[in-house]
Amino acid sequence: MARLSGLQREVLSLYRSCLREIRNKPADSRNNFKRYARAEFQKHLSVNKKDFSTVEYLLRKGHRQLEMYASPGIRNIS
Amino acid sequence: MASLRSTSRLFAASRPFFRPATFARSYATVETGTPAEPPAKMKSFKIYRWNPDTPSEKPTMQTYNLDLNKTGPMMLDALIRIKNEQDPTLTFRRSCREGICGSCAMNIDGVNTLACLCRIPTDTKTESRIYPLPHTYVVKDLVPDMTLFYKQYKSIKPYLQRDTPSPDGLENRQSPEERKKLDGLYECILCACCSTSCPSYWWNSEEYLGPAILLQSYRWLADSRDERTAERKAALDNSMSVYRCHTILNCTRTCPKGLNPGLAIAETKKMLAK
Repeated sequence: MARLSGLQREVLSLYRSCLREIRNKPADSRNNFKRYARAEFQKHLSVNKKDFSTVEYLLRKGHRQLEMYASPGIRNIS
Repeated sequence: MASLRSTSRLFAASRPFFRPATFARSYATVETGTPAEPPAKMKSFKIYRWNPDTPSEKPTMQTYNLDLNKTGPMMLDALIRIKNEQDPTLTFRRSCREGICGSCAMNIDGVNTLACLCRIPTDTKTESRIYPLPHTYVVKDLVPDMTLFYKQYKSIKPYLQRDTPSPDGLENRQSPEERKKLDGLYECILCACCSTSCPSYWWNSEEYLGPAILLQSYRWLADSRDERTAERKAALDNSMSVYRCHTILNCTRTCPKGLNPGLAIAETKKMLAK
């Protein structure tokens, strides 16, 4: 596999922190969270990897969403 | 109409009083006819557009044309009219429309100001350019992301901190002289015009607090009722929080409320040096 750019590593690290946060959720809703997180990433698969400003915006948005969904008050997601 | 006629008859004998009466009558006839429309004063507004739903599309400038004769005098009136009549997708924050809420802060013709306090330049030849506040993340169109700004505001603990109860158990009293120190500080509405006009804040927004927050911080340092002044000073005493201010004074120049954050920062520095 080719060496990843800094931006690509940031995206992967965001995905990993999402998966890590999902472990803090109740066991029976983890699959729902996982599905949601995957779908959020897959929505933007078509973005060109050289389109830095878009990727950076999506990263910021992702971090915001992660922070929000990580709150212990949110137990499940459809 | 009837009352007008009776007055003119009443004063018909005396010459000077007769004149106003004829004026009133000719005015009434003009009212019944169709008034001639003044020539349209078309002005174009170039407005920054960006839609988060299609993030890979680049931001664009969209031009709108308005007749100034049918628009209110302020920029916010023009924006609201564009949103109502031409393009409902145009997005901006607004609330009080009289410069007290600080929602409509934006960059108009190169100056950070409140759209509700900024007159539309009557020169119709040049276009007006409207951008969101500079160096902020854009949520949509003219809406900036203020999360960091509010987080920094929270970090200075913008509330009265006291350990001893007031002597009479009712109010924390202050002499008029002590109260006077807060004039020019308490009026700040946190619109973020000054912070986002500060080059120092552009480059160090993560650590430097910026003029608006430092003005608020000084407002609590200068308050005679607050008992945690030493603690507040200790929190500011590092190389980033205050000392990134290089007295560029863009903040004072741009403040739509006419406050002086530069002076407040200078006073803070004086307090820290003591």
